[in-house]
Amino acid sequence: MKRTLFLSLLSTLLATTAAFPQETLPPITGYFEPGNTKPVWVAVSGLTGEAASTLQFDLYVQGFAFTNAESAQYLITGSNNGNLEARATDPHNKNTLVAKAYSGASLRRQVHAFADDFVQALGRKGIAQTKIAFKAESRPHSEVYIADFDGHNAQAVTKDGSMVAAPCWVPGHMALYYVSYKFNHTDIFYHDLSSGARRAFARFGGSNMSPAASPGGSQVAMILSKDGWTDLYVGSASGGEPKRLTRSAQDESSPCWSPDAKWICFAAKERERRSLCKVSPAGGALQPLGTSGMPSPTEPDWSPDGQWIAFTTQYRSGFQICVVPANGGTAVALVEGEDPSWAPNSRTLAFCRRRGGGNYVLSLLDVPTKQVKDVSRVSGISSQSQPSWAK
Amino acid sequence: MKLNKFVGLLVIGLVLTIAASGCRKKPVNTTLLPGSRAGRVADDSMGGLKDGDRLDLGANAFGKTGEGIAFGAAGEHQGWLEDAQTLKTETVYFDFDSSAIRSSERPKVSAVADYLKANAAKAVRVEGNCDERGTEEYNRALGERRALAVREELVRLGIAPTRVDTISYGKDKPLDPGHNESAWRVNRRDDFIVLTAPGQ
Repeated sequence: MKRTLFLSLLSTLLATTAAFPQETLPPITGYFEPGNTKPVWVAVSGLTGEAASTLQFDLYVQGFAFTNAESAQYLITGSNNGNLEARATDPHNKNTLVAKAYSGASLRRQVHAFADDFVQALGRKGIAQTKIAFKAESRPHSEVYIADFDGHNAQAVTKDGSMVAAPCWVPGHMALYYVSYKFNHTDIFYHDLSSGARRAFARFGGSNMSPAASPGGSQVAMILSKDGWTDLYVGSASGGEPKRLTRSAQDESSPCWSPDAKWICFAAKERERRSLCKVSPAGGALQPLGTSGMPSPTEPDWSPDGQWIAFTTQYRSGFQICVVPANGGTAVALVEGEDPSWAPNSRTLAFCRRRGGGNYVLSLLDVPTKQVKDVSRVSGISSQSQPSWAK
Repeated sequence: MKLNKFVGLLVIGLVLTIAASGCRKKPVNTTLLPGSRAGRVADDSMGGLKDGDRLDLGANAFGKTGEGIAFGAAGEHQGWLEDAQTLKTETVYFDFDSSAIRSSERPKVSAVADYLKANAAKAVRVEGNCDERGTEEYNRALGERRALAVREELVRLGIAPTRVDTISYGKDKPLDPGHNESAWRVNRRDDFIVLTAPGQ
């Protein structure tokens, strides 16, 4: 009996998948024109309160905007009496993209799940059920927090009453690296979020800073001063002596990885000029990365699809979030802000913006359309910065 | 669905798609969502790190590589008493975005060297700091370079490198919380913390 039910469920699943043949979907194109792409217009009806506002947030930060039913490219209708029931249609060819009911978890989660189903039906990667990690500061202390991508359900994962910096998700794992000042020293900790167990990963003499886990999680790039200068090193996640990749008394900061793990990109200062550089984790010559003359580039982050590098540029007046094609090309300054971290969809960025009193707020930016929204803030925390998007 | 694997939100095997054809008018299928899994707070009792632990991360012995002045193992001065007062007047200030010691600041470093020579059992921690202009991790590296610059000068003046620790707070510990040049000027600094072994 059970088995029959399982088989019937399985065949339904297959039938459901077959009902939306791939040919009818728009082509998946990773390339877009940053900041200069029109939003996709949708009309939402039937949803109320938190369900409506959650869906609007989810879609807005992925390049959708809202209009009436007559001028919309897609129609979303639904109801949220208790559980969510929703349907997305394309009025031009009468195609149903999604028609589903959701149960369990919370209403917010049900809406996030629908948002993912909808964007996935359009051939994109959903991000509405992903997490971010960040530094939450109330001077003189800071702690590492994790939260839903929209800032809701935030929780502290450190409670050391000390200082932290630069949290970084390990791709594919429920784990973080971050810098802790717990022992009056800057050490890099590895923290398994499933068990709560943590260990010191890098605790060399001098400072241990800016950890960046490789795409497979087997290596970690970091800035160490153990040899007397702040330089870029790469080490095995299982420990041992890290390999030194730069040898300079100048700046090196904020390493990140290419998704194929062949390159580490970082902020450097070569011949008195700030630039972004990349270097093979096996060592070798530094290769400068063109950023179209954007002043003082720092904080690079490589998109998961390999196409883009986001970074922060510093003008006299302040900071801007920029993106540049990873293979070279024209860099585009998008919005005021710092420290971008790509979402798994390679189009949305989490970043931070300075507000009064030297405090930061976290925001999300849809790179193609330049649409920005602040995430929900944690009560009692004065500053939230250094986002790392779980990938 | 790789995305969901690590976030631990949606176990694909639990996604229950229920046939609706024939039962209901609307072709709606129901997706049951499992609860969200929370992250566990750091629990150092579970094989974690205790205060004073030394980590053997391989050979990082003093003087092994590099043109800079290498450090010994971390934790050499773990648990030593900290005194932020004695060398308070010797705080070294820096120019914007620079880790070079101004000639006007050199006598302070000499005074710190003299103090360490007169107190041979003591050590010092040089704490590098930055003003708020500049991104966070850039400033953390810059603060460390400021601390390293003073450490190099102390070593040049005859202090053993093992007696000089460094730390960088980046822009996280401003002396003056203001947002103007007079605040920035005092925030670009190295503070000196005298370290004394327990019982000394």
